Amino acid sequence: MSKENEQEFSLQLLRSGDRAEIARLVDAYSTKIYRLALKMLANPQDAEDVLQNTFLKAIQALPKFEARSSLSTWLYRIAVNESLMLIRRRKPEIDISLKKDDDESELELTHFSDWCCLPESELISAEAQEHLDEAVQKLSEKLRVVFILRDIEKLSIAETSEALEISEAAVKLRLLRARLKLREILSKYYVERLDSEKKDEKQS
Amino acid sequence: MKNNLNCGALLASLSEYVDGILGDALCKEIESHIADCDDCRVVVDTLKKTIYLYHETSEKTAIPIDVRERLFHRLDLDDFVRDRSQL
Ligand SMILES: [Zn+2]
Repeated sequence: MSKENEQEFSLQLLRSGDRAEIARLVDAYSTKIYRLALKMLANPQDAEDVLQNTFLKAIQALPKFEARSSLSTWLYRIAVNESLMLIRRRKPEIDISLKKDDDESELELTHFSDWCCLPESELISAEAQEHLDEAVQKLSEKLRVVFILRDIEKLSIAETSEALEISEAAVKLRLLRARLKLREILSKYYVERLDSEKKDEKQS
Repeated sequence: MKNNLNCGALLASLSEYVDGILGDALCKEIESHIADCDDCRVVVDTLKKTIYLYHETSEKTAIPIDVRERLFHRLDLDDFVRDRSQL
């Protein structure tokens, strides 16, 4: 996806500061960067700050961009760092170093009720959407950023590893933990919906 | 025991399984396990659904027009703000 996007851009023009080419780059990535920041921070004003600072820094650094990573993962990396910086400023007491060792505690499965049969309208209602967003906020920053890049921005494992500068093994482990945790949180919510639906059926 | 894969062992390969990137042998083991183990079948189904829901709904978040305008202004690209071909 991102690789295809990329060939449309002339690195030469971008490095030389060609404003039309830069505007095209901004348009191609502004929704992705904004969405990443919004899901990371859950605050539109903060997301806008991260968006602006990401492109300001990127444009400043473009003349020296060596294409050691792809443009796309490079932009994501800047945006992730900007987001983490903002979180650190808000919550200096928590440690959110992405390099930190992973939680080795054993994974445990819970919640074995099947809610897949809920109708799509119920699964992605406006209320459900809020729960989907809230659930992401319940992940630690380390897990959240991996989940957002992989399952919301749809980067590959390799691209996620490149953007975060962590190993692919760490990406896989964090992704699994994030997904399982979200499944658990969503199960609680959707099973409630399922129960209330059954109740409604009985009453009518 | 019909197969030698227990519920805990399945867990480690779950992400790759739902992404469809797990090797054939392990894939078969998981499939034969969830054919017999209802709990794991539900975990796999609801996990797939969880990921599907995020895939589906994330497309809906696009940059608001005013946020894009302020971005272009901040980047000193106001003269390109009209060209919205990429949106
Ligand atoms: Zn099982």
